[in-house]
Amino acid sequence: MHNKTIAELAAGLRDKEFSSRELTTHFLARIGQYNPALNCFITVTEELALQQAEAADARIAAGKAGPLTGVPIVQKDIFCTKGVRTSCGSKMLDNFIAPYDATVVERLGRAGTVMLGKANMDEFAMGSSNETSFYGIVRNPWDTNAVPGGSSGGSAAAIAARLTPGATGTDTGGSIRQPAAFCGITGLKPTYGLVSRYGMIAFASSLDQGGPMARSAEDCALLLQEMAGFDEKDSTSVKRTVPDYRAGLNERLAGLRIGLPEEFFDEALDSEIARTIEAAIAEYEKLGAEVKKISLANMRLSVPVYYVVAPAECSSNLARYDGVRFGYRCQNPKDVHDLFMRSRGEGFGAEVKRRILIGTYVLSAGYYDAYYLQAQKIRRLISEDFKQAFEQVDVILGPTAPSVAFGFGEKTSDPIAMYLSDIYTIGVNLAGLPAMSIPVGFSSNRPVGMQLIGNYFKEAQLLNIAHRYQQVTDWHRRVPANFM
Amino acid sequence: MSLTTKDVDKIAWLARLAIDQSHVTAYTRDLSGILDFVEQMNAVSTAHVTPMAHPTDQPQRLRPDIVTEFDQRQLFQACAPLVDAGLYLVPKVLE
Repeated sequence: MHNKTIAELAAGLRDKEFSSRELTTHFLARIGQYNPALNCFITVTEELALQQAEAADARIAAGKAGPLTGVPIVQKDIFCTKGVRTSCGSKMLDNFIAPYDATVVERLGRAGTVMLGKANMDEFAMGSSNETSFYGIVRNPWDTNAVPGGSSGGSAAAIAARLTPGATGTDTGGSIRQPAAFCGITGLKPTYGLVSRYGMIAFASSLDQGGPMARSAEDCALLLQEMAGFDEKDSTSVKRTVPDYRAGLNERLAGLRIGLPEEFFDEALDSEIARTIEAAIAEYEKLGAEVKKISLANMRLSVPVYYVVAPAECSSNLARYDGVRFGYRCQNPKDVHDLFMRSRGEGFGAEVKRRILIGTYVLSAGYYDAYYLQAQKIRRLISEDFKQAFEQVDVILGPTAPSVAFGFGEKTSDPIAMYLSDIYTIGVNLAGLPAMSIPVGFSSNRPVGMQLIGNYFKEAQLLNIAHRYQQVTDWHRRVPANFM
Repeated sequence: MSLTTKDVDKIAWLARLAIDQSHVTAYTRDLSGILDFVEQMNAVSTAHVTPMAHPTDQPQRLRPDIVTEFDQRQLFQACAPLVDAGLYLVPKVLE
């Protein structure tokens, strides 16, 4: 059962081949068996999952099921879940039981999905390897000596190891796409404003976007269908009709114009990854697509711009953790400043602290123009580059990450080396565009991910382009040897 | 842009973030490295570029001025570290 896709599981539930309770029990048993070695979960919600499964079975029996009713999923622990610990991977929120559901959680719950648990992640989504989590590292199912990527590392590893058929993730600088690439799964970062951020713990509010992670583009389409759409409770939610993402999956690709940015195939890219991506491009040419070289001239500045904008927004957003209203509070504070300073100093990990400090600095008097304003201006230039590119092509294609999954500790001592692992993904967040990562092969026995970037609100087209590739290849169906 | 340990102490105070004194040197090195790295931005002339604060360039949505949230103090204070009689407790602010 665990090798079936969401689409296949949904059909099995509808045809009463198995019940949601059986399915849920099966995945909970796999979690019990494999999670101790991988550490994908911060919390397993066994009791709740079985209750939800029984409710789903009743709904299916009553003929009131939706397309996802009874399908088990995992929520990244950044999404608030009422009555369930929502830690965001931090000691700061280790004791935080969310008093309400995030809109994404509410919608997926309403669709009848079953929540197996809350996935491990980098602390406050700040990291590219899942090594900053207060709850420990997550291991990559393809090679347990490698990181799963981050920040949605627990979600990606759980899907790859067949501990869940799908999960939610969030992507501020690549946090859905890069772990999807490292773990050989499919992930979609939607257009900014498509998926509600209500109840999704904020890191950098102008960049954060939740999205689906699963094994195929079709499964991402099914999940996105339930997650997307206007939400009154999110002031940046965009009011527009959500298309039927599954309807266009099989559209033909003849005449599709694919742009290859020269900046994505530079000297930073591992040569074996370059060859793997070229093989995928050849598949698209066989499907009738036309390939064209393009340039995104300011792309090389996306990482520096991001490491001003994201920390600036993070330092404001994380000001709320003060040891007073919720979260960690230090012992015996001697005065109110000591309470704030020690609660924050003891509650946050090193990477979160680095980003709060950088953000505070670039926003402080005398430095705002030189850093924050300049970053916002270059953000405009990066966004304009994409705009011009989309006048010439329909979709932009390139690698998701410059390397395959790296080893534990390889980049932890050098923050900038870690930041550069998101060099191909960050520009998309700055512009607010949608993008996907899909598996396209292996290098040194570790998965290679390919990135597809679409124009604003072109998720249906991205899913179509990814799906057609997955119809003629089987990389997305490969299973890591120890998790068959 | 090289920061001194004194700069880091000042930034940490602005951020109300206690930094273990034994780690200040490491933070100073890391933060200086990050600032050096982002200096690349200065090579670009941006005199006539409009800053982009947000990807959607949309005006803030307005809503009717009606009450939509109701008192849930008990629920929200259930996750507070220290409350008494509906109040959040903090150390004495004024002597």
